[in-house]
Amino acid sequence: MASRVGVVLFPGSNCEHDVVAAIEGLGGTAELVWHGDRSLHGVDVVVLPGGFAHGDYLRPGAIARFSPVMAAVTDHAAAGGVVIGICNGFQVLAEAGLLPGALQKNRGLKFLCRTVELRVETARSALTTEVPVGTILHVPINHFEGNYTCSPETLAELRADERVVFRYVDNPNGSIDDIAGICSTGRNVVGLMPHPERACDELTGSADGRPLLRSLLTAGLATRPG
Amino acid sequence: MKFPVLVEVKLREGIADPQGATIERALPALGFAGVEGVRVGKAIRFMVEAPDETAARALVTKLCERFLTNPVIEDADITVG
Repeated sequence: MASRVGVVLFPGSNCEHDVVAAIEGLGGTAELVWHGDRSLHGVDVVVLPGGFAHGDYLRPGAIARFSPVMAAVTDHAAAGGVVIGICNGFQVLAEAGLLPGALQKNRGLKFLCRTVELRVETARSALTTEVPVGTILHVPINHFEGNYTCSPETLAELRADERVVFRYVDNPNGSIDDIAGICSTGRNVVGLMPHPERACDELTGSADGRPLLRSLLTAGLATRPG
Repeated sequence: MKFPVLVEVKLREGIADPQGATIERALPALGFAGVEGVRVGKAIRFMVEAPDETAARALVTKLCERFLTNPVIEDADITVG
């Protein structure tokens, strides 16, 4: 049986159909979940996709974290369920306190839209169980506020617990410690700025996102209750 | 009572401010010398209903902590009245 993936649609999300297509291309089932819903309709995995939830007004993710669906997402994460935030979704997870730290404007105030090299730093996360540590992946980034920052204490914790999931090979945005993605203490909540769903076919430049999303589907089944 | 409120959101000390740095770098080319320490923030104005100024300030402080600022990177100066 395949994992059921719920992709949350906020007003202003714009990568939700890419995620659905990528998941279905890997044999999973995916459905959109409206941000105003209070239920996740029994999905195994939640993906918060990229875009500009609520117009990014005030700060990216600041208003989205109060969307009704976020209470259900928080409960799902607390119960060990898999939650992934991609780009704007990562910003939402950070604002919601499901992941530590914050995402600031890129160093040099540049909007970045290109493929970067990512190094997989741990295989112990919902997104990387099928990818050996040290693997270099080519995955696109597309963001203005992807410059990850956190307190020195948080950074020490992330490093000590091996919760940095991805690092940029050549840091494009000024992120502290070259961080491109991190996970929660339970390793079931993962946030990353790059877009694995846009790297699922050689035709569009790279298929390196596929093993990440396959890991996600596997993790979704493994965490299914009962 | 209704109190006018001004919340000035600013990046915490030690947090890099690329907007401020960009403005500062542009100034000499525009003919403005001697400007330094540029920091960019946000000003948010609104009215708040509360029994007195202390209560108004307490409410706005909570509003800043939960919503108007991201405490990881930002602080707020609050002016009531």
